[in-house]
Amino acid sequence: MRSSHRTTRPPGARTGTSLVRDSSLVWLAGGIVGVSFGAVSVAGGLPVWVPVVMSLVVYAGSAQFSAVGVLLAGGGPLAAAATGLLLNTRTAAFGLAVADLLGPGRATRLLGAHLVTDETVAFALAQPDPARRRTAFWISGLGLFAAWNTGVLIGALAGTALGDPARYGLDAAFPAVLAALVLPALRADAGVRRAALPGAAVALAVTPAVPAGVPVLLALLGLFAFPGVRR
Amino acid sequence: MNATVVMILALCLGTYAFRLVGPALHGRVEVPARVQELASAGAVVLLVALLATGALTEDGGFAGWARPAGVLVAGVLAWRRAPFAVVVLAAVAVTALLRAAGAG
Repeated sequence: MRSSHRTTRPPGARTGTSLVRDSSLVWLAGGIVGVSFGAVSVAGGLPVWVPVVMSLVVYAGSAQFSAVGVLLAGGGPLAAAATGLLLNTRTAAFGLAVADLLGPGRATRLLGAHLVTDETVAFALAQPDPARRRTAFWISGLGLFAAWNTGVLIGALAGTALGDPARYGLDAAFPAVLAALVLPALRADAGVRRAALPGAAVALAVTPAVPAGVPVLLALLGLFAFPGVRR
Repeated sequence: MNATVVMILALCLGTYAFRLVGPALHGRVEVPARVQELASAGAVVLLVALLATGALTEDGGFAGWARPAGVLVAGVLAWRRAPFAVVVLAAVAVTALLRAAGAG
């Protein structure tokens, strides 16, 4: 997201404002998906504290949905945890990518690690310079954490009264957020493009055949097409 | 401990361990510039794969036409560097309208 007015004006308060403005849409969408997670969990028979505590300590939307899905289908706690963990393996790669944004302090690194999500990493990496990437990580990360957990609490208390978010097209919001954040980088960097496009094709091809979480990991095979990897 | 608590604990500790790998290594181990570059490229590769699978698939199958159509509009707008809010709201609106019109 490098729109022209941001590059022609000096950084500062305006940077923060535009980051908050763009993040707030992600927070809103995250909060609404959180509502549906809380509602789905409670509707499936789990007590209110389960989705609420889980969201605070796990804080990973897709993994939480799948783990609760396995649990409600009678799959057992270890199968549920394994399914969620498989989905979250990618956060290790994301942690490596944003490690230098978290600052030198132990406390900020321990806290920052917990805020590593697809959206926040995409949001941070989309920024043009290190200072802005750091600000974007914390603004997006802290705001999304607050929005997600508030949403889950509301959903768990309100139950299924709120309806299906897919009716409002909200399932398109997260792929669209990723499109807005990564396509400019893809357009600007031919090397990354050569790795990302075959990677996405691999992920799509194997999706019907392998457990959730594995397709995006196999997309990393695309890195073999990254300039300089194959000698 | 009941089964649900075991599940939450395992998922919480495992996820945090994954997330902590990068930040814990940072500053302790000299990460070569080449590795850092690959980690950044890898993150974009993962995000593009998430974008593709998130736009097109649901539970291992096709997600129906409404969502991919919305995301396609978002993709075109993002490629043309439309403002963030325009990209996201266009996707949601197109998908919702297509669903209201009866598309999957």
